[in-house]
Amino acid sequence: MTSMQQLYLLVPLAPLAGALIAGLGGRAIGRAGAHWAAILGVTVSFLASVAIFFDVMNGNVFNGSVYTWLTSGETRFEIGFLIDRLTVLMMVVVTFVSLMVHVYTIGYMADDPGYQRFFAYIALFTFSMLMLVMANNFLQLFFGWEAVGLVSYLLIGFWYTRPTAIYANLKAFLVNRVGDFGFLLGIGLILANFGTLDYAAVFAQSSGMVKTTIEIIPGAPWLLMSVICICLFIGAMGKSAQFPLHVWLPDSMEGPTPISALIHAATMVTAGIFMVSRMSPLFELSEAALSFVLVIGGITAFFMALIAVVQYDIKRVIAYSTLSQLGYMTVALGASAYSVGMFHLMTHAFFKAVLFLGAGSVIIALHHEQDMRKMGGLRKYMPITYLTMLIGALANAGLPPFAGFFSKDSILEAVHLSHTPGAGFAYLMVLAGVFVGGLYSFRLIFYAFHGKERFAAHDAGHGAAKDEHGHDAGHGHVVPHESPAVVTLPLIMLAIPSIAAGWTIGTVLYGGYFGSAIFIAPEHEGMAEMAQEYHGVISMMLHGLTSLPFWFALAGAATAWYLYIARPDLPAVLRQKAGVLVTILEEKYGFDRFNDWFFAGGARALGGGLWKFGDVTIIDGFMVNGTARVVGWIGGLVRLFQSGYIYQYAFTMIIGVFVLLTLWFRHA
Amino acid sequence: MTSAPWLSLSIWIPILFGLAVLVFSDRHAAQVRQISLIGAVLGLAVSLPLYSGFDTQTSAMQFVELSPWIPRFNIHYNLGVDGISVLFILLNSFITVLVVLAGWESIKQRVAQYMAAFLIMSGLLNGVFAALDAMLFYVFFEATLIPMYLVIGVWGGPNRVYAAVKFFLYTLLGSLLMLVAFLYLFDKSGGSFAILDWHKLPLAMTPQLLLFGAFFLAFAVKVPMWPVHTWLPDAHVEAPTGGSAVLAAILLKLGAYGFIRFSLPVLPDASHALSGYMITLSLIAVVYIGLVAIAQTDMKKLIAYSSIAHMGFVTLGFFIFNAYGVEGALVQMVSHGFVSAAMFLCVGVMYDRMHSRNIADYGGVVNTMPKFASLMMLFAMANCGLPATSGFVGEFMVIMGALKHSFWIGFLAATTLIWGAAYTLWLYKRVIFGAVANEHVAALKDIGAREFLVLALLALAVLGMGLYPVPLTEVMHASVNELLKHLAVSKL
Repeated sequence: MTSMQQLYLLVPLAPLAGALIAGLGGRAIGRAGAHWAAILGVTVSFLASVAIFFDVMNGNVFNGSVYTWLTSGETRFEIGFLIDRLTVLMMVVVTFVSLMVHVYTIGYMADDPGYQRFFAYIALFTFSMLMLVMANNFLQLFFGWEAVGLVSYLLIGFWYTRPTAIYANLKAFLVNRVGDFGFLLGIGLILANFGTLDYAAVFAQSSGMVKTTIEIIPGAPWLLMSVICICLFIGAMGKSAQFPLHVWLPDSMEGPTPISALIHAATMVTAGIFMVSRMSPLFELSEAALSFVLVIGGITAFFMALIAVVQYDIKRVIAYSTLSQLGYMTVALGASAYSVGMFHLMTHAFFKAVLFLGAGSVIIALHHEQDMRKMGGLRKYMPITYLTMLIGALANAGLPPFAGFFSKDSILEAVHLSHTPGAGFAYLMVLAGVFVGGLYSFRLIFYAFHGKERFAAHDAGHGAAKDEHGHDAGHGHVVPHESPAVVTLPLIMLAIPSIAAGWTIGTVLYGGYFGSAIFIAPEHEGMAEMAQEYHGVISMMLHGLTSLPFWFALAGAATAWYLYIARPDLPAVLRQKAGVLVTILEEKYGFDRFNDWFFAGGARALGGGLWKFGDVTIIDGFMVNGTARVVGWIGGLVRLFQSGYIYQYAFTMIIGVFVLLTLWFRHA
Repeated sequence: MTSAPWLSLSIWIPILFGLAVLVFSDRHAAQVRQISLIGAVLGLAVSLPLYSGFDTQTSAMQFVELSPWIPRFNIHYNLGVDGISVLFILLNSFITVLVVLAGWESIKQRVAQYMAAFLIMSGLLNGVFAALDAMLFYVFFEATLIPMYLVIGVWGGPNRVYAAVKFFLYTLLGSLLMLVAFLYLFDKSGGSFAILDWHKLPLAMTPQLLLFGAFFLAFAVKVPMWPVHTWLPDAHVEAPTGGSAVLAAILLKLGAYGFIRFSLPVLPDASHALSGYMITLSLIAVVYIGLVAIAQTDMKKLIAYSSIAHMGFVTLGFFIFNAYGVEGALVQMVSHGFVSAAMFLCVGVMYDRMHSRNIADYGGVVNTMPKFASLMMLFAMANCGLPATSGFVGEFMVIMGALKHSFWIGFLAATTLIWGAAYTLWLYKRVIFGAVANEHVAALKDIGAREFLVLALLALAVLGMGLYPVPLTEVMHASVNELLKHLAVSKL
């Protein structure tokens, strides 16, 4: 094993070691011991990732096995790494955001009794996510896929005594399982048709499979590639919370805020985006799958953004914003602009982590208040939080020169240039979404940090439903103050790339950064056109100022200013006037109700019905106990014949002889 | 390595220890427990050479022992294992140790008889897996009923008599036709009870189909397959913890083992012809039983139904006739041995403290039993087939094999991802998570060292097999390949 290969191993194993030490030895090493173990593990992993990043930039791509997990028939299932430019980008982003969140957690979870457990979980998450992105085959991808789902489940339910938390984590796991179900079918179809799960081997054969069809419904031959890609994408819809499997993500906000930032915004939920980019050699072969991706992404991008506008819980606003942004990334994938999707994934990881961690900073400052109606005017008490969140909001709204501008603008451009069916619809959705994005981002900023100070007035209301820890009922309300350095430092560290990460656009998108890691079919020429029109960061910004999306975003921000600063009385009036619309949005289009009634209720009713009717009545009642009764009944009859009286036996015998003789004589 | 008769030792050591402890009364319960543990550990120790000395390159029977038993009918005391049966002897000997430990404190009455029942059963079960003579197989197969019948009937719950009788009649009636089938094959083969001779015996289609039906009744009841499964939830509910663990971990495997030892190799043409029905019944087990499990209110019943659903994967894997399917089914059998035993032991841990199996009586157990809750989380995840646990390996392989066979079979099989997670994690949520539900939960004590040891050993097995299943599967390759080759050739 070369030293580079040892370094590859170190990247996932260091956080795993941290997780094991913090988790199993948490009691022995205490709180500080646990956070040092986890942070050290993730730091090592981050530094190793950076070293590998430069090594890969020098052209050293690695694809090899670590160990053989299983052999069956002719197939070897391996655990192995594929280290290329796509992988290292994810490795650096994941370990960096994870490290920031680890540090932040020291402050955020300071008085939580589950401190060590929390560090064990987030370090374990980092391990799982790294195994996912570093995989060189579908099996390990699925391993990581399910493992991050497990940690997400554990972390959403971190405060396990709260009914809402344990409802949310079960829901998240089950909805994700629906996605995983599709994902596993896709993997199974690949194995059945390609005979291997190794990426490179599958990609090498894929072009020969373009015309292969499969008859899932007899008489209707479908393109194998389309079926495989749509199955795989269903997995991405679960993990990356795309409509209609998005329902779990808003509820996942029941988890502590650091994990909302790390798992439910920056990294895990982008696994689907990463996966589709990784599978570009397959998706490029199926126009149907790309159309499907475009439409799903478009719906998610616009309709989820709308819900963010009516939310009052600060974390839920950001959660719906995350859904919308994930929709943007998905749209980029559908438009064959994988590199743009990955680029937005990266910028979004930074600015969304800032928004979540900033929200967390506000939440602790207000003693676990999450309702924005009980905030306001916080900017003078929490200047660092305010400033960093403002940067996050500007980036989220896609205004130049912040990171989100470059990636979001590129997505719009790419969709605009795409000829894949569905691109027109998706373009409308993402364009309209830009306005809504500006609106909800600045609604949050204005609500929380500007305007009247509403936190003191609602002193009595706290400690109820929105209270995250449930142990601070005794606190009186003092003046909110800026959070400690362990909280603000990560905010600053993440705010910097939220500004600057976009400036790498020339390298990432047009400098051939991804190289052969992403494959684009020759007929999807949108990216090439965009490359021709690109003349540097400054010119892109200047061009942006004259383009529609910029004005849309600005209009959104201005609307927010008008509604929440200039005329704070207006929102209430609007709410009344547009009652039905608001109700639809507040009901989140009714998905939760429907799912609870139809799927959860339906499965329970069906299970109960099958049990009571099938097992208890038919099988046990009729067949089993019925047989026993019939045996008993026959036994009873037979018992009559065994009376023990000689005369009965003799009489029966005589009748028998008589009958037999009659039959015999007649026959003769 | 093969100098000692390891198979005989693994059968008779537990039985002899079981008989030995019977001389003690309850006044010497402590000694009984110690002697039983020694017996169980020795039983495990003598089965380890079967693995370490196993030649993975051959599909031939190994560790063969042959001596005449009833010469008049050409019946032999003939033992041997291949890459399929050896796994179950190891599994059984391992589970026996855990069961002895698990019954350490919770059994206070008739300790000697309880331990004896399990030790004797362990030896008999090893006998079933090692037997190469059909009559010897039959004797062991039927004999295992008696100790389990007693375990349920004596140490069971309030409705134990109904459950024990149902268990006994169901399985006994099923296996009677198997004896008829054996006699027919004995006659056809010119007077041989050697199972391997029967593998080579040419048979016409009609007798194959009839024999398949006879074997089906015997083995399907044991697995159990839908619709002959209803004895299992009752038996589990009434059985003491150890009884449930052995029932789920080992006894159910007898049925599946019967299919792979008799139905498939002796009757390949009938197996192919009827595979559609077998696959359908297996899928009903996965989907129907998975849904039924969701609706259960009794923890043991829920796990019993989950057990049936998981065994559906075993029969499904066998009857899709490819390497993924058959090996996946065997892996699933071993994994299910660990996971179902662990789940039942977990319920036992709670039952010992609360004397209730009712889900509604629980809630918030994690608050008072955090160590236990963590271990049970692992087993729950294994029960949902999460990767890196043993539960994933078999399900994954069978689903892969099924998709290779037909899309819709794979589709229905893969729905287990949803059902399994739904019933297992909903159970976990209601029992373990949440605020402390009542004063009984508030008074719970976390697991002690002995309980921890039992569950931790299972946890290691579950994780080890999930992370690195190769040591398990490399043992079975040669035998499975041989079986698949054999199945491809018609006997008509």
